[in-house]
Amino acid sequence: MSLNPSMFIPVLPQILLLALGIVILFLDVLLPREQHRYLGWVAAVGMVVIMLAILPFMPQEQFQLTWGGMVRFDWMSYTFWMLFLFGAAVTALLAMDYPELGERGSFYLLLIASTIGMMFMASAGDLVMLYLSIETVSIPLYILAGFFVRSDESTEAGFKYLLFGAMTSAILLYGFSLLYGFSGTTDLHQIVLGIVQGKVSLPLAFTSMMLVLVGLSFKVSVVPFHFWAPDVYQGAPTPVAGFLSTASKAAGFAVLIRILFIVFPILGNQWAIVLAALSVATMTLGNLVALAQRNIKRLLAYSSIAHAGYILIGVVSGFSELGMVSVVYYLVAYLMTNLAAFGIVSAFGRVAGSDDMTAYYGLSRRSPGLALAMLVAFLSLAGMPPFAGFIAKVFIFAAAVGVGQIWLAVVGVLNSIIGLYYYLTVMKYVYLYRSENDDQPVPLSGSFKLALGVLVAGIVVIGVLFSPWFNWASVAARSMFF
Amino acid sequence: MQFPLLSFIVFTPMLAGLLILLIPGERKTEIRVAALAAGAFALALSLWAYFAYDVAAGGYQFVERYNWLPALGISYYVGIDGMNAPLVLLTGVVMFTGVLISWGIDDRPREFFAFLFILATGVFGVFVALDLFMLFFFYEIAVFPMYLLISIWGWKVTREYAAMKLTLYLFIGSVIALVGALAMYFTSGLGTFDMLALEQAGFSTAFQRVVFPFVFFGFAVLGGIFPFHNWSPDGHVAAPTAVSMFHAGVLMKLGAFAALRVGIMLLPEGARFHMPWIILLTLVNVVYGAFIASVQTDFKYVIGFSSVSHMGLVAMGFATLSREGMLGAGIQMFSHGVMTALFFAVVGMVYDQAHTREIPQLGGFRKFMPVVAVAFIVGGLVSMGMPGFSGFVAEFPIFMGLWNAKPSWLWANYTWVAIIAAISIVITASYIIRIIGKVFFGQPPAEFDGHIHDVNVLDKVALVFLSTIMIAIGVFPRLIVPLVQSGVDNVLRLLGGA
Repeated sequence: MSLNPSMFIPVLPQILLLALGIVILFLDVLLPREQHRYLGWVAAVGMVVIMLAILPFMPQEQFQLTWGGMVRFDWMSYTFWMLFLFGAAVTALLAMDYPELGERGSFYLLLIASTIGMMFMASAGDLVMLYLSIETVSIPLYILAGFFVRSDESTEAGFKYLLFGAMTSAILLYGFSLLYGFSGTTDLHQIVLGIVQGKVSLPLAFTSMMLVLVGLSFKVSVVPFHFWAPDVYQGAPTPVAGFLSTASKAAGFAVLIRILFIVFPILGNQWAIVLAALSVATMTLGNLVALAQRNIKRLLAYSSIAHAGYILIGVVSGFSELGMVSVVYYLVAYLMTNLAAFGIVSAFGRVAGSDDMTAYYGLSRRSPGLALAMLVAFLSLAGMPPFAGFIAKVFIFAAAVGVGQIWLAVVGVLNSIIGLYYYLTVMKYVYLYRSENDDQPVPLSGSFKLALGVLVAGIVVIGVLFSPWFNWASVAARSMFF
Repeated sequence: MQFPLLSFIVFTPMLAGLLILLIPGERKTEIRVAALAAGAFALALSLWAYFAYDVAAGGYQFVERYNWLPALGISYYVGIDGMNAPLVLLTGVVMFTGVLISWGIDDRPREFFAFLFILATGVFGVFVALDLFMLFFFYEIAVFPMYLLISIWGWKVTREYAAMKLTLYLFIGSVIALVGALAMYFTSGLGTFDMLALEQAGFSTAFQRVVFPFVFFGFAVLGGIFPFHNWSPDGHVAAPTAVSMFHAGVLMKLGAFAALRVGIMLLPEGARFHMPWIILLTLVNVVYGAFIASVQTDFKYVIGFSSVSHMGLVAMGFATLSREGMLGAGIQMFSHGVMTALFFAVVGMVYDQAHTREIPQLGGFRKFMPVVAVAFIVGGLVSMGMPGFSGFVAEFPIFMGLWNAKPSWLWANYTWVAIIAAISIVITASYIIRIIGKVFFGQPPAEFDGHIHDVNVLDKVALVFLSTIMIAIGVFPRLIVPLVQSGVDNVLRLLGGA
């Protein structure tokens, strides 16, 4: 294998991110203590620069395998790279002024390390690469979830996440080992040949697929592997919880569709049934349990479980182009929206000193702007136009109807009604109820306003001018099938 | 290029709402003036659209079309015909008068007007939409601000309950209709949401019969059809005055109109099959609504249930699928919109002064607020269908249509429906006259002395404006009849002659 410059394009953003991480490591040592929050700007601006830097290096229509088949470079991975970089940049900005988090260089370093892992996840073409990248994502996230070592809740969150993660990761690995053992290769594109040629018998392929599904269901918090999510989101620093619920979940879905559509297309009918069942269970349980929550972070955790269920509807319809597009579109819309929601919770929770719903009473009187941003984010989560969540849901349901799964669309629709109920309930607290702190303003830093402004604008733009994004998602979707 | 009049109408309220949000919250007078200016502007534009529509030419006019998502055949596609032109005007009227009578709102007026205007954009958008996706998009925009408007500024006793009930009802209806619409989109195989193209899609009879109820009832929920009317009186009563006006005056028409546009016009065969039993439901609406209204003691509930009854007449007119019935229904949508906006404005004015809406505790308002009393009597006469007022122009053709219509199955004719429904007007008269007698002409309770003041000039302008419209249409039906007639012809073409 000889090296040529074009081989570096599929790993370019990872290399640049690594360089950014090293810069931050040095700045962490060199900068005086009181200027450490500027590390957030360095990280965010650095990631935006990387997004711009890889713009000229768009993939071909045909996918490209490099580094001995380890890396698959196509529009799907490219799209997800952009998504992860955006999510990480916004998270860095949102976290900048979070006490004991924003001024620690190690936070940004872990964030970057995890983002590098996600980018490899989205472009992995080999089981070994896949497993390594998943671990590269997970280990920094375990640490981030338990970042506040003096807080029992945070430590518990980190530890719980680690235990669950290690367990499901082992199951995932077991599934991988079966695939390797019977097909004799770790290359995803070869394994599928092994299955088609009968080297791996179908029942065995099904078994290993289920094992892999267990591992990935954990990552995207699908019922019944969702139990970690509410506890971890609640205990983890809020910006980290936002990152966990969006970028990390998107990475999980990137791998899920990769494996299902590259390795197991032959079992399409079988996994469609399994995923449809999981989707119904996930949506319904997530939404119903969310109804009973009194802590806003737990509410958002269950809501994000429910959203994983909606996305699964798109995956089930994924053999149609619209289905695949809807998955990508939903992930983009969801990332924007949920980052905004968690961002607001992190800023306000810090001021109010509580994540309890009662703290949100009268928010609109204290800070009309923050309340309005929250209204936008929550209505987008509920699937109301003109926000991103509406059009994303329409695509998902349309995809399901398009492939004849009308019942799945109906279940999804009914679930979104439950969702509307609890999102509106929160908005009622914000706009209608009063608290004795009505006249205390909520101070917000400039970096936070910028990040939130970008997210809110993004939610509206994606929800109204959807044609360019749809076309981009279509290109990404088609790259899955070439 | 032609002036994009309809786009201006649709987006004026939205832009005004966003601009209002930029004004600092404590500068309340500026906020109100800005809102009034936007309302007047929207009214002027909708008047222009109404009177510039060329009835002789017919068809869709002021058409604008821009690609929105070509890959799925979604476009921003608007136009007005004889059916929706009066509704656009109605929205302009209610928006303008709604701002006038909301001058007194003192709790966060900035947010109030912003949400109200976003709602107005949604309503305008649905009325002018010729694209199915666009219709849904704006329909949802029209639904959710309602929740905040009712729950924040509504009547303290029931607002949380009523707002949530209303929102969930309407959302359930719309998403069920959405699934039906998606089924239409995929079944047609045309790959477009263009409703004019879908009208020609030639859906199979079986498909139409299955899908029609979902689409029709999904929207008719918002039109207050029995047995899904339950949200509406609660919602009307809990809402602040301007929102009640919007809600009963315009939003319920949104449901009826969308049921016509998407249900009857795209699935005519389904409509013909299901209407003979749906007409029974509308009869229940008319009669039961009137009876319930007549036993209420709360002034606002009386009006709320009268809306259920009158909207039943609209649905009944559509259900006849006949020329006269639909003509009447089209006019009734406009007439009832203006009338009920006036009623709710009056209720709001009375309540603001008396702090109670219990009819037995009210009395003598003729002395305190003479203009209001006259306006209510005008509205009452419209409600009873008196000749010379717009209600007669609307209701008479509906009964004619019932008499003439031929059901496709189930019944031999609808004459018995016409008889029962016509008798229910007597019940309407009974509760309207009871209110006029007790509230306006009765003996004022002693504690009112010196506490009740006349309404301000803005309120009077609003009431006079609304009354004038109803009398003008009653005296000069030509102002609306030929217009709606041309719209009805368009619908009948799809129903295959008649």
